[in-house]
Amino acid sequence: MPLTDAAPIVTRRIGTADSWTLRSYLDSGGYTGLRKALTMDPADVTAEVLTSNLLGRGGAGFEAGKKWSMLAKARPAYVVVNGDESEPATFKDHMLLENDPHQIIEGTLICAYAVGAAQAFIFVRGEFALGIERMTAALNEAYAHGAVGRDIFGSGFSIDVVIHPGAGAYICGEETALIESLEGKRGFPRIKPPFFPAAIGLYGKPTIVNNVETVSNLPWIVEKGGAAFAALGVGRSTGTRIFSLSGHVNRPGNYEVEMSKVSFRDLIEDPRLGGGIRNGRKLKAFIPGGASAPWFGPDQVDLPLDQDAVGKAGSMLGSGSVVVMDDTTCMVRAAWRITRFFHRESCGQCTPCREGSGWLDKIMRRIEEGAGRESDLDLLFDVCDNIAPGLSWPPQQTTICVLGPSIPSSITSGVRMFRDEFLTHVKEGACPYG
Amino acid sequence: MARLNAENERRARELVALYPESRSALMPILHVAQEQDGWLTPDAIAHVAELLGLTAAEVYGTASFYDMFFTHPVGRHLVSVCTNIACLLDGGLELLEHAESTLGVTGGGTTHDGEFTLEEVECIALCGEAPCLAVNWRFFGSVTPERFDTLVADLRSGALADEVPPHGTLCRVRRSVGLPAAEAASVPGAAPPESPGTT
Repeated sequence: MPLTDAAPIVTRRIGTADSWTLRSYLDSGGYTGLRKALTMDPADVTAEVLTSNLLGRGGAGFEAGKKWSMLAKARPAYVVVNGDESEPATFKDHMLLENDPHQIIEGTLICAYAVGAAQAFIFVRGEFALGIERMTAALNEAYAHGAVGRDIFGSGFSIDVVIHPGAGAYICGEETALIESLEGKRGFPRIKPPFFPAAIGLYGKPTIVNNVETVSNLPWIVEKGGAAFAALGVGRSTGTRIFSLSGHVNRPGNYEVEMSKVSFRDLIEDPRLGGGIRNGRKLKAFIPGGASAPWFGPDQVDLPLDQDAVGKAGSMLGSGSVVVMDDTTCMVRAAWRITRFFHRESCGQCTPCREGSGWLDKIMRRIEEGAGRESDLDLLFDVCDNIAPGLSWPPQQTTICVLGPSIPSSITSGVRMFRDEFLTHVKEGACPYG
Repeated sequence: MARLNAENERRARELVALYPESRSALMPILHVAQEQDGWLTPDAIAHVAELLGLTAAEVYGTASFYDMFFTHPVGRHLVSVCTNIACLLDGGLELLEHAESTLGVTGGGTTHDGEFTLEEVECIALCGEAPCLAVNWRFFGSVTPERFDTLVADLRSGALADEVPPHGTLCRVRRSVGLPAAEAASVPGAAPPESPGTT
């Protein structure tokens, strides 16, 4: 596929001088989207977002406008922005928080105005120290500029925003765990139903939880119109999106491209994007959407970066992170590392996840360390099947949240695609890649 | 071993005032406590509990869930090396091994001089510059073994003191405003913040 010339939306200021300051933001047209929104009826702002068909950029890919429309009528209502980016190999929100904090604040305010929120909270992953500092400094500037607080830009609309630092827990990226954490508790996901945030969220009140990249699109959508956004991309996958590309490519990094019009091959090989696999090596496998996503092989590299196409092919675009593994990669080690991650990060509420991840970690470890048995491959699948019965796609769930059914992804993909490699580890007690 | 000092107790009360419910300020206040002492001392945990009307067990039970909070002393420099998938593919494990041999500690251990604590961490979202690490959550990408040794020397000598504050200092920028919108009567449905210090 040829690349399109669609201009970047959310990353357009990245790399410009002092992009995180108010002066730089105003010089590049900042806060005009908010000013325009404040002249509109809140319902019309939501209508524009519905027209744009902006899909959530956090991982689940739910329509943002639809989420807003489902907000219960009870008041007060809250807006929570999810900046707890922790999905392995995802590094786009980290970049946005550090480099374009005003765009996030402006998007947050547009959302808050549209849904009639009483207060907004921007939850920033605790480890992002510079991001928290830049967000805090930007918020101070925004208050002084009259963009936040009482009677914003003389419109009569008033709202406060709080930058809330997290403290290190992958599970808090799950929206109900994030709400628990924001309430000062352990990050335990809540059971749904009844705890859908739009109905019963922060402090038991109706709450919108949107991802950092999602709200970063809002100023542009309000300014240019939802139809202009929907004109980009194909079908349901509209607009542009940031893809975090990592692993064995010449040019790893964040690339914002038009959705669906670019394939994984383009992302990996185009000289303006990934620049090809390093050292002239061949592609062995790639992860299309974060550590939770089932892996793809070289025969799926021509799939478009399209949420539905990737879903139909048996995986997910997830958080938009693509990990490239070349033909020197030990798939047992890769799958074990991801499994160990889930074991460490399981919150411990649900038995299949808490115990299953531990069993899988131990079995994968002994295979990797040369102490595995042939029966271990069946045992792995048996444990996986107890976490996500049937091992189908999308997965069945036996747990409160989707961390559980994400655990089998790397193991089942690894064994299905590279069974011989797993067997070699077991039979020879060693890795063919050293 | 100390309770929050007067300045930090004042900061804690300001944080409480930002939220509709006081317990929401727990983690931001724990970051302040960790900034003061480098870790969460039992006295600080008890003091935070008093400020929020919680028990020390509730505070400890929450803090212990989160990776960033330490309930034992750690070094002035917390070195967090990522070995998750993107770093694994680019030498993250080898970097961790090098760090272990350079510092002479493993698995969360602290050097005898109290300068460095080394930990292996999950993805820290700098995968475009793998392998990467953080020191007191200031990030360093594309870290070769040589670059690691230079970094350690610079941290020891104080050459990076401006860029890397002591462990526990998360945010050096202070919020300069309260909640003007919540104070205004014009906000429909906004709950007024609890007045601090009522507990």
